[in-house]
Amino acid sequence: MTLQNRFEDNVILTTVDAAINYCRASSLWPMTFGLACCAIEMMATGMARYDLARFGAEVFRPSPRQSDLMIVAGTVSLKMATRLKTLYDQMPEPRYVMSLGSCANRGGPYYLYGYHVLKGVDRIVPVDVYVPGCPPIPEALLDGLMKLQARIREEGRHFRRLAKVGGETQEGPKGA
Amino acid sequence: MSGIVDQVQRQKALKTDRMTINMGPQHPSTHGVLRLLVTTDGEIVDHVEPVIGYLHRCKEKIAENLPYYQFMPYTDRLDYLAGMNNNWAWAMAVEKLAGVKVPERAEYIRVMFGELNRIASHLVAVGTFGLDLGTFTPVLYCFHEREKILDLFEATCGARLTYNYYRIGGVAKDLPDGLVTKIREFLDPFEKRIDELNTLLSENHIFVRRTANVGVFPPALALDYGVTGPSLRASGVPHDLRRAAPYSIYDRFKFEVVVGRGEKGTVGDTWDRYDCRVREMSESVKIVRQCLDGLPDGEVRTKLPAVFKPPKGHVLFKAENPKGELGYYVVSDGSPKPSRVHIRGPSFCNLSIIPAVCRGVMLADLVAILGSIDIVLGEVDR
Repeated sequence: MTLQNRFEDNVILTTVDAAINYCRASSLWPMTFGLACCAIEMMATGMARYDLARFGAEVFRPSPRQSDLMIVAGTVSLKMATRLKTLYDQMPEPRYVMSLGSCANRGGPYYLYGYHVLKGVDRIVPVDVYVPGCPPIPEALLDGLMKLQARIREEGRHFRRLAKVGGETQEGPKGA
Repeated sequence: MSGIVDQVQRQKALKTDRMTINMGPQHPSTHGVLRLLVTTDGEIVDHVEPVIGYLHRCKEKIAENLPYYQFMPYTDRLDYLAGMNNNWAWAMAVEKLAGVKVPERAEYIRVMFGELNRIASHLVAVGTFGLDLGTFTPVLYCFHEREKILDLFEATCGARLTYNYYRIGGVAKDLPDGLVTKIREFLDPFEKRIDELNTLLSENHIFVRRTANVGVFPPALALDYGVTGPSLRASGVPHDLRRAAPYSIYDRFKFEVVVGRGEKGTVGDTWDRYDCRVREMSESVKIVRQCLDGLPDGEVRTKLPAVFKPPKGHVLFKAENPKGELGYYVVSDGSPKPSRVHIRGPSFCNLSIIPAVCRGVMLADLVAILGSIDIVLGEVDR
């Protein structure tokens, strides 16, 4: 028995995983969380010319409880680091972190003499995408967002593939 | 009798306690990572205490560890909305210390880009001010115009935000071909855009009601707290370093020092601070036009030795930035690195007036006042 011709037109068959991943990737809600210079480029990306809305990520939420994506845009100082961790903990799963700019990646120009700068935000929160640049141009931010979306679309599949060949993983897939 | 007892009991039931709330460091209208410790009595603000240091990036210490040339990129990141102006002030401070002459063409290019960056900075200030007060459209228009200015910068030095274009003794390289035409093409329609902005914001009834007579800075108080820039001029004090102590070649240009007029309310209110920025953009356009008309040919950079050692001494240099007076105090001990650098950030001083003027305002007006002084936290914390 074949499934073909048993449904009306415009019905798409897919797995639940793929459908959920598609929805998640297409409607990321970033948190309004500007730290330094990179925040201005983040704003510019959301504005008229670059228009983050084309990628479904224009709904900037001021509250971590409503957002999926934390764009760490700028220098994380030691004083801010504990607050940043709190904000991350307040975000509901599934949550993603984008490290925007050299400062958030690895301390950037403050690596050597910046006694009050955290040398990389990945020391306190897990980072999904790193975007280099000081500050990154808006195209780079858009590229980082698309890389993250591609990753979200693949979520869960990798885990199943591992399970099929008998591989064991310590923890379940993120967001599954 | 029983009526009075009822009234007393009702008052007791309605008695409010003071509440201390945190605004920030993650708050959409603090323009970065500023934390305000607000004590409120109901909806009325009783006391505000700014808590800073969430973006302390060790600028002054870094300056002591790097040669004079190499500190230039770090000045970009002070007030990151006006990188050119910060570069310029640093270059001029060191030039004053070492007595370096700057070629004529470089001076014109410096003034031109400084003023274009002032326009870009004011566009962000005006746009985000509207955003703070709950209107979204103007910020889109403002950023659209700003992108055009950033295109000009990108064509010249390759960067959109952190330029590192000015050098001690001039600028990094000459203007690319056709840039003068491009600047003219930007300026011509831009003045009409300012009128458009006026119809969107300045004459908007809701906007005026939210801003007029709110957060008045009395001139004496503003001077006491060291408020500078458009925030001071809005209070009716015509203090502009470009006119009061002309540095570079500002004495050659005709422009007006914009002061607050109290058109919609009191002189020095939030609307005036907004209005001053809008009118200053038109003045900057005038200066850029004069620069383009008088742009001479020639060198753009004085040759300096690779290991640059200014003589022993100390110097204070102040420049009129979009936010206010940016000052560099540089102490040299004759070595290739500065012995001490102190940075006087205008945003820091402008922020200090907040506790004095915010007593007794509504909580929502606090956002308006904060937005109107246009602080950048990179410069507050340094």
